[in-house]
Amino acid sequence: MTLFAKAAMAAFVGLAAHGVAQADVKVAFIDPLSGPFGPSGTGAYTSYVLAFEHLNANGGMNGEKVELTGYDNKVSPKESLVQLQKAIDSGARFIIQGNGSSVAAAIIDAVNKHNERNPGDEVVFLNYAAVTPAFTNEACSFWHFRFDAHADMKMNAITDWLIKRDDIKKVYLIGQDYVFGKAVAEAAVKQLGEKKESVEIVGNELHPLGKVKDFTPYIQKIQASGADAVITGNWGQDMVLLVKAAGDSGLKIPFLTFYGGSLGAVSTLGDAAIGTLYQVSEGITNLEASDAQYALIEEYKERFPEYDYYYHRAFEAVDMLKAASEKAGSNDPVAIAKALEGLTVEGAYGPVTMRASDHQAQQNLYVSTVAKDVKYTVDNTDKGWKLVENGKIDAAAAEEPTTCEMVRP
Amino acid sequence: METIVFSLLNGMIYGLLLFMLSSGLTLIFSMMGILNFAHASFYMLGAYFAYTIMGVTNFWLALFLAPVLAGGVGMLVERWGLRRVHVNGHVAELLFTFGLAYLIDEVVRIIWGRNAVNYKVPEALDFTLFTLYGSNYPAYRIFILFVAVFMLVSLWYLLKRTRIGLIIQAALTHPHMVGHLGHNVPLVFMSVFGAGCALAGLAGVIGGNYFITDPAMAVQMGPIVFVVVVVGGLGSLEGAFLAAMLIGILQTSAVSINASFSDIFGFLGLTASSELGRITVAQLAPTLPFLLLVLVLIARPRGLMGEREV
Amino acid sequence: MTTNMTTLAPSASEKFTQRALPFILFALLLIVIPFIGVSRGTLTLFNHIGINIVFALSYNMLLGRAGLLSFGHAVYLGLGGYFCVHILNWIADADGSGFWGNVPVFSLPIFGFAMGALAGAIIGWPSCRRAGTAFAMISLGVAELMSTAAFMFDSLFGGEMGISGDRMSGPKFFGLSMGPIEQVYYFIAFWTLVGTVAMYAFTRTPLGRLSEATRDNAERVQFIGYDPTRVRYLVFIFAGAFAGMAGGMSAVQDEIFTPDSLSLIPSGAILIATYIGGIRFFAGPIFGAILMTYMGSNLSDYTAGWLLYLGLMFISVVLFVPDGIAGLVFGFWRGIRSPGRYALIGKWITQILGLALVATSVIVVVEVAYRWSDGYGDVFAPFGFDLPHNGALTWVIGTLPLLAGILILRRVKRTESEA
Repeated sequence: MTLFAKAAMAAFVGLAAHGVAQADVKVAFIDPLSGPFGPSGTGAYTSYVLAFEHLNANGGMNGEKVELTGYDNKVSPKESLVQLQKAIDSGARFIIQGNGSSVAAAIIDAVNKHNERNPGDEVVFLNYAAVTPAFTNEACSFWHFRFDAHADMKMNAITDWLIKRDDIKKVYLIGQDYVFGKAVAEAAVKQLGEKKESVEIVGNELHPLGKVKDFTPYIQKIQASGADAVITGNWGQDMVLLVKAAGDSGLKIPFLTFYGGSLGAVSTLGDAAIGTLYQVSEGITNLEASDAQYALIEEYKERFPEYDYYYHRAFEAVDMLKAASEKAGSNDPVAIAKALEGLTVEGAYGPVTMRASDHQAQQNLYVSTVAKDVKYTVDNTDKGWKLVENGKIDAAAAEEPTTCEMVRP
Repeated sequence: METIVFSLLNGMIYGLLLFMLSSGLTLIFSMMGILNFAHASFYMLGAYFAYTIMGVTNFWLALFLAPVLAGGVGMLVERWGLRRVHVNGHVAELLFTFGLAYLIDEVVRIIWGRNAVNYKVPEALDFTLFTLYGSNYPAYRIFILFVAVFMLVSLWYLLKRTRIGLIIQAALTHPHMVGHLGHNVPLVFMSVFGAGCALAGLAGVIGGNYFITDPAMAVQMGPIVFVVVVVGGLGSLEGAFLAAMLIGILQTSAVSINASFSDIFGFLGLTASSELGRITVAQLAPTLPFLLLVLVLIARPRGLMGEREV
Repeated sequence: MTTNMTTLAPSASEKFTQRALPFILFALLLIVIPFIGVSRGTLTLFNHIGINIVFALSYNMLLGRAGLLSFGHAVYLGLGGYFCVHILNWIADADGSGFWGNVPVFSLPIFGFAMGALAGAIIGWPSCRRAGTAFAMISLGVAELMSTAAFMFDSLFGGEMGISGDRMSGPKFFGLSMGPIEQVYYFIAFWTLVGTVAMYAFTRTPLGRLSEATRDNAERVQFIGYDPTRVRYLVFIFAGAFAGMAGGMSAVQDEIFTPDSLSLIPSGAILIATYIGGIRFFAGPIFGAILMTYMGSNLSDYTAGWLLYLGLMFISVVLFVPDGIAGLVFGFWRGIRSPGRYALIGKWITQILGLALVATSVIVVVEVAYRWSDGYGDVFAPFGFDLPHNGALTWVIGTLPLLAGILILRRVKRTESEA
């Protein structure tokens, strides 16, 4: 028993040290900071670090400083809930997560339960990248806000671009075998069927999440199918290794991606990326922007030379959080959640509105591809992302209807 | 047709890599009775050493030095770790290597970071060797094939045609007798352990840039290497070779098969809409090695070509 | 002095202090904990400790008692847990009617127990025919097979997302809604106690005794007319059942199960916890579970290197203290009551000094190395000393105490073997 007592004592001491009340606003960042998706999580974490530094330097949230803590969840839903509990216990009232819709679903569920069971201690979930449409449709929650366009919206941008290309007649779908990959495949099949029946889907494949080390067999299947283009929602290592295998096998057809901007994809492909790798995102560094935005991009690169300014939505989310705290006149999570509904801020690449009916951010989307001779390059190569012709989709055009029936407290 | 050719080629390369990893483990396992849980960690060390050496000098030096380093670490582990726990029995030895695998993982994370390192194929080998059915075939894969076959032949020659090989083979089955004949059995054990780790390191050098070099590579490879050793049969390098090829080709070709259970077992009334019927052979690929392991251990505990039971 | 069986048997008072008293104290401690004003986070930690105590004890039924090294014990916790999460959903769907509508969530570990036993009975049948390394390999194969196959059956295992449930559904039991963490604590405490007492009782049964005999010498067990395979099989079923019970507790505490929970990683973790605790003592796995859970949950807040410390600790235990923490604790208890206690205390103090010196160096090196490799420019500064990776002082502290400590420890060891 002596050890038990010691452990218990140590636990109390430890918690006492943690529990020293600070007036600060605590924000928890729960995402993979190691493993196959480590670069995705770390890239976003560094973006939030910089964004909150700027926020604190400009007076914080209603004068209170924001303290950001990173928690590594290894993209496991169960591990995320353990980390979430720890974060809440240490006083965090705002939770940021994005990598993995499987994780986001677990966090939404846990946050709903926590807020129901612990009135007065509510937490708000700011989702910056988990884009399964259900989260702002049938499974919507008052406590969840999404700052990234969801899979149907991004797929709309991709299919609109695709149907204008008459040389693309056969499309291959490949994705990760979980709720998000399935949502992407479903959206692609549905939208292509509606928009252009003559486009044939020659393959619809799901592979295990983060476990495939060599995509060559998959690439050979794509080659054998005679596809003219590939649509994929892959991200992180799964994105990089997919295009690596494609490059090795000499598969030179357009890859239409959600997350082609994943760290390392461009450098892996080298010059083969030009004109084959496409992505749809809420902004790219090589768009016309204000000097302040250029300064931010350069500051980010200087601080974190291994990464590139990619998670623009992280900065938008922090801007919106600040605007909401000012609108509410308080840093109380419930008040901020209410203030976020319908809020519009002027972003670097256009206005961003948090739609009140489903908590889905509405913003411009941009289809881009890899090119040389650009202002800002990525992956420390000589290439960067460039807008394709007619690549801008206005927020109004990107907007999708919702089936959400929001229950407000 | 092209699917079959590609699956065979890629499966063979994967199988040869697996064999390179498991040959050392088989030797260690059959000679010392130690199931070295940390064996795949030496595979990882090989890849990371090569990455670092390549950063300083070039790939060819790394190809030679990294396995030597990995083997050196292995010898130290045998001398200062395993030999100590040996008196506490096989379970203690197994647990020791289990802990060692944890430790190596963490040390690798400290030294080389938590994320994958950019260990690239050397430029001299980074070109397309030939085009087959409209698909480029990278030269590096054929290079892997050559290195593996070269290693295979040398190992065979060493074991079957030299005096050292004779002693090792004798020590495999009758360690005490070899000791009585005046050979330094602990030294033989240490050398074999080191050589086994060096082989794993070599697999890491050429496999690390073919796949990916990250701290999880040992954990992912480890169980499959065990499968190869056990399925092949204890003390049998031929068996390990057969099992490695079998698993390599099985796993690679399963990915390219689109058929689902309902297509195969449709005659039993399995429909495509049922959950079981929807499973495709491609989805089955990761489970195949372990299914094979459990089946072999139950049905034929001595493995494909082993002489004694596990 | 005459010695016969009657005088060797423990007296009634010895029986009480050795068998009943520890459990009574344990129960009292469990009841008292929530009254000393602990936070939600601490209660969550205690809940996980409770789950791991039952899990580790069930694992030790195999490793310590029956001598079966398993690399796949988490399979039974996972299957029991999954079954219980499904039951949570059935209870919610039944909405108070039918069989599931009347099952209180409080009783879930019973269902986990049944599922664990069933899984143990099915998987154990082929694997228990062999002991030793073959058994270990089969358990490894089964664990990997289950965790990879789980991804194919989404309706059972939920794929990457896993299956989640809501513990607040169903009829209340003792007025517990199971919502707030305090109520879950009592649930966990109750089942931890039940599990601990039941597993202790198991060691007193003929089957429990036979399992130890099979471990020590299977042939002799056969000679006296028992079938070792059958003994192993039965013990395996019970071990699986208690692991399933821990799964049921976990289903209520965390309300989610994912396919990872069947894999090698949690199985390896419980192996380490049990072994560090000490497999030759009944209480050993309890110590191990407490320490490991605490380290995993709280030490990871202070240092990124907690897994490395864990690995070092595990290896040191394997190399130097095969009896684990329990061996140390009970050795200490016996030592201070023995006549030669002063010499022993002197020896211990020297050993602790040596260990502390070694630990100082190791901690400094590890902490400095982690900060250096992170590249964020943090500097390890214990007690106000700045220890950058390129400072001379760092390397002095990183090496000298280590050497001194090793010398001291070796000296103690040498005098010990001379004596």
